[in-house]
Parts: sequence; structure tokens; C-alpha cells
Amino acid sequence: MTRELWKGNNAIAEAAVRAGCAAYFGYPITPQTELLEYMSARMPQLGRAFVQAESELAAINMVYGAACTGTRVMSSSSSPGVSLMMEGVSYIAGTEIPAVLVDVMRGGPGLGNIAPAQSDYNQIVHGGGHGDYNLIVLAPSSVQESVDLTVLAFDLAEKYRSICVVLLDGSIGQMMEPAEMPPFQPLRTEYPEWAVTGAKDRERRFLSSIYLDPPQEEAANLRMLRRWQEVQANEIRYKTYYMEDAKFAVIGFGSSGRVALTAVRAARAEGIPVGLLRPITLNPFPEKVVEDLAKQVEGILVVEMNSGQMLEDIRRIAKGAAPVEFFARLGGIVPLPDEVLDEIRRLAKGPLTLEGHPRDRWLARMGTLN
Amino acid sequence: MDTQEEVIVYARPDSLTKTNTHYCPGCTHGVAHHLIAEVIDEMGLRERTIGVASVGCSVFAYNYMNFDFVQAPHGRAPAMATGVKRVFPDKVVLTYQGDGDLASIGMAEIVHAAARGENISVFFLNNANYGMTGGQMAPTTLPGQKTTSSPSGRDVETQGYPIRASELLATLDGASYVVRRSLHDPKNIRLAKKAIRTAFEVQLRGLGFSMVELLSTCPTNWEMTPQNSLKWLEEHMIPYYPLGDYKVNPAVAEIKG
Repeated sequence: MTRELWKGNNAIAEAAVRAGCAAYFGYPITPQTELLEYMSARMPQLGRAFVQAESELAAINMVYGAACTGTRVMSSSSSPGVSLMMEGVSYIAGTEIPAVLVDVMRGGPGLGNIAPAQSDYNQIVHGGGHGDYNLIVLAPSSVQESVDLTVLAFDLAEKYRSICVVLLDGSIGQMMEPAEMPPFQPLRTEYPEWAVTGAKDRERRFLSSIYLDPPQEEAANLRMLRRWQEVQANEIRYKTYYMEDAKFAVIGFGSSGRVALTAVRAARAEGIPVGLLRPITLNPFPEKVVEDLAKQVEGILVVEMNSGQMLEDIRRIAKGAAPVEFFARLGGIVPLPDEVLDEIRRLAKGPLTLEGHPRDRWLARMGTLN
Repeated sequence: MDTQEEVIVYARPDSLTKTNTHYCPGCTHGVAHHLIAEVIDEMGLRERTIGVASVGCSVFAYNYMNFDFVQAPHGRAPAMATGVKRVFPDKVVLTYQGDGDLASIGMAEIVHAAARGENISVFFLNNANYGMTGGQMAPTTLPGQKTTSSPSGRDVETQGYPIRASELLATLDGASYVVRRSLHDPKNIRLAKKAIRTAFEVQLRGLGFSMVELLSTCPTNWEMTPQNSLKWLEEHMIPYYPLGDYKVNPAVAEIKG
């Protein structure tokens, strides 16, 4: 395959098609809509299922139904639409069946705007729907990585009978970059032993998330937790840059991580010994890596496009082993490399403290910005 | 002495499991389950049928129907059925929904499934209240009807008017077969069974959305004996929810003969 110029949303759609996605259900919402539009042409062309649902609520429940057949199925949306999907997400998680969901995040809360943001981190990584469940969350920082992680998302969802979310911000969905498409995988012709396919020559099956008897519900919760432990043991993914000799570390995911990398390179050119950790799986989170990194460096800078949702995880994991600072732009604004470079210079210059909260210090600095 | 061969004229359908249901004495859910199971047996559809249970008293329908089932969130059965049917167009997909599920929280899903002409069969049990949660006002509760959330009787000034789901859905081009039947006496039960059969015929021929509304009783929450509740259904529900065929597209009329 050669590299071609792809728009992020379209690239994810084509990657899903090639990963053997047999059914897509969605609803238009900016900045994700091209994904749905692409599927509306591509899926029928291949004789596969496409429905533009009446709402995200209906779309996720169509996904739920299709997922019960054991086929590869996905939906995509953006922040407000994903909020509406949380009912179905909880049910699918509780039924322990695989599905892929793409969230192309935009500014919020509420209707917010249609510019890039990372403020669905808590909703996706720490829950959002009711009940105890975990989603596998993959955060790409480029169009190519979005393609690769979309294919991986189908594999992981199937392997762990879980929802796998590809979590990106609107800028990756909207930007065009060269990307190489994966090979075509054939559609499934055999269905897993739990799937609902019609009770031919076997006992009937039913799939539900209801366990009216509390001990049974507890057993289901424990089963899901043990499966999650397997995910934690096997599926943590991240990338580090210039960390070998680093005295300072920047941590950022998705577009923030990508912007931070430019800033880290510029800081290195100035002689500042700084490196970058870019978590790729946000759930399970690369906790051990952050723990070790906190012991290695003199200071950590967390960069996000939200008010510090991942920051709280970093602080919890770092356990005060290194001072943590924070920088973010909100409301749909992507931080500039120069802004992050200034923050790295400030980090390297010190003095740093373990006192107080990094968000408060950042907010105070933002006062002079706005 | 002459021996006569024993002939079974009535038995539990294969499509029903040998389980005692949780339904209250006198409730017509059992009748509806039985009719659907009989028709599925008679048409030989059991091994290719996938049911979608809803939320409400029929949440456990999957325990009683002896074929593959999934269980939808409240109101979302038509969306879930859409997902199943679009992956497996050759399977027979049914939803079994109550009036709170279909006509209140799931109104968007049922309207759009019908509008799309989704090739599924919907069995809609209308008993004029929320049974599972203990008899609250439903979108189908009659004007003046007392429930636990309309204790002085449904006041249409503040609580609005009942929704006639069959009439509403019949306006949609995608709906092929929409009828209302009742389960209050043997004659009407037979007519209901015929309609259930027609609904499956519509689906098998790919004619699109079919729905059979079944007027049903809820003796426990209506606080009536089973016998009185059948009478109440006949005297109060049927005048508000007239029995009849609301949408029969010409191709379906041919099946009915």
C-alpha cells in the first residue's frame, strides 16, 4: 500500500471498513460528521449495514443489537452525542459484548462549540454511564495512528468482549495527512459461542445486562473486573520521546501530546533536558511508566485541552515523587507549541513546589492571559 | 372394546419454555406469549427467530420464549431490533413492548423504526398503566383513570391525553401492517392470533414494519378481579382504543386473502 492523503474522519471510516466492520450506525454531529457520510456511501457499496439513526441514543442501541450477533460493529459521534450514548454504553458493557465507538471531541460543556477539545477524558476514561465498568480507550495523535488504532480497537473489543473507544479531538478528525491504509480483512462468517444467531441445532441463548439476584450481579461485576485485570496486564500502550536522560517530563495525549512534542524538540535545541510521555491507552493508563518517570525527573508538566482531567490521574500516580505543573487551553483552543515551550522553560527554571495544586497556579497564570 | 388413538389437540408450544412466569394471575401477558409462541411453532420459525425484550413487566420475556433473545434498555427495543435485523436480514426479529416502553420513553425509536419501514414485527401490549413499577400513569392511561401517579384520576388539563399508538404509526409510509386487537375474550384472542401470524408473514415477505397492538389487562394494578378487568377492558378501553386495521398496505391485503 502507498501513502495517500486522508482526512482523519474519512481515514477512520475506511480503516473500520478494512477491519471488517459489518455494520455502522450513527447520527450527524460536527466535527465527526464526515465519518458518517463516508460510511453512508461505503457500507452499502460493500453490501454492509448502514443506518443513519434518529438520535445518538438510537444509534448506540442499534450498535447494541448488532453487537449481540457477534459481528464487528461501530458508531461514532462527538461529545454531546456521546453523552446521549451513555445509556447504551453502560448496557453494552453490562452485557459483555464487543463494540467500537469513536469520539471526536469538541468544546463543552453543553452545546459548547465545534472546535477541538479533550474534555471527554473523564466521561470516557472514568465512566459516564451508570454502574461499574471499564472501557478500553485509545488516543491517537495523528491520522495514521487513528487508522492503526481503529483496527486495533476492533481486535481488542473482540478479545475482551468490551467497548473500545477511539478518543480523538476535532483537529485530528478534521486534518488531512498522509496515511497508509491497512489490508482488507474478510467479514466474519462464523459467530462466537455467545452470540445470538437463532437457536438452530442448539439451546437458545439470550443476552442481557440484567441480574436481578444481587449475588449474580456481584459475580458478573467480579467477572468483568477480572477481565479488566487482563486488559491492564496486556494492553497498556504509550510512547516516550527523549526520556533517557530527561530531567523534566511533559505528559500529554492526542493533539496535546503532539503539540508538546514540537515544544520538547525546541526545548532540547535550547539545551533543556526534557522528554515526553504520550499515553496511547488512556484506559488502562500507563501507571507504572508515570510512577517510574516521577522518580526519574525533577518536574512534570501535564498538557491537556481540558481543565486537568488527566492531571488528577498523574498526581494520584506520581504520589508527590516529583512536582507537577499544568498547562491547558480550553473551550476548543489548541495550545501552541510556543506556549508549551514557555511552560517547559518555566519548569526548567524553577523553583518547583509540591505544595498547592498545579491547576490553581495555572489558573492564576491564565488570569494574565485572558 | 374399541381402542381409540389419543390425539393431542392442545399442548404447550415448543417456542415456550417450561418455566412458570412471574406474571400476576389474570394478566394477559401469558395469553400474548402463548399466541406468539403458537404462531412461531406453526410457521416453523423458532430456529431463526430473535426476540427483543423490553423494560416493564415483559422484561423477562426471554425466560419464557424458547428461542434466542436480547434485552433492550427502556424504550430502545426497536433500535436494538434494527441492529439485529440489519446484520441478519434473513432472521425473524420481533420486539415485545409495553405501553410505557413503546408510547412514552421509546416513542422516537418506534416512530423511526416504522418510518424506515424496518422489517421487524412489534407486539405492543397496551394495559393503560406502568405495570412493573406498580401502576403509574402511562401515556395510554384513560382520561379520569386512577393510577398511583394520577391518584385523582388522569386530569387531561394537566396530564394530557392518551396516545393512540396504532393510529399514529399508521400515518407513516414505512408501516405496512398496523392493527389493534384485544385479549379480553376467546373470539378476540383468535383474531389476535391471526394478526400475529399476518405480522410475521409481512416480515417474511420483506414488506416492512408490522405492529400488532394488543389491549391487555392488569388486574393487580387496576385493583380488580381478573374477570372484572376483562370487563373493564371491553367497556372502557375499546371505546377509546377501537379495534381494527389501521394500516394494511395492498401487498399485505393479498396475504390476508
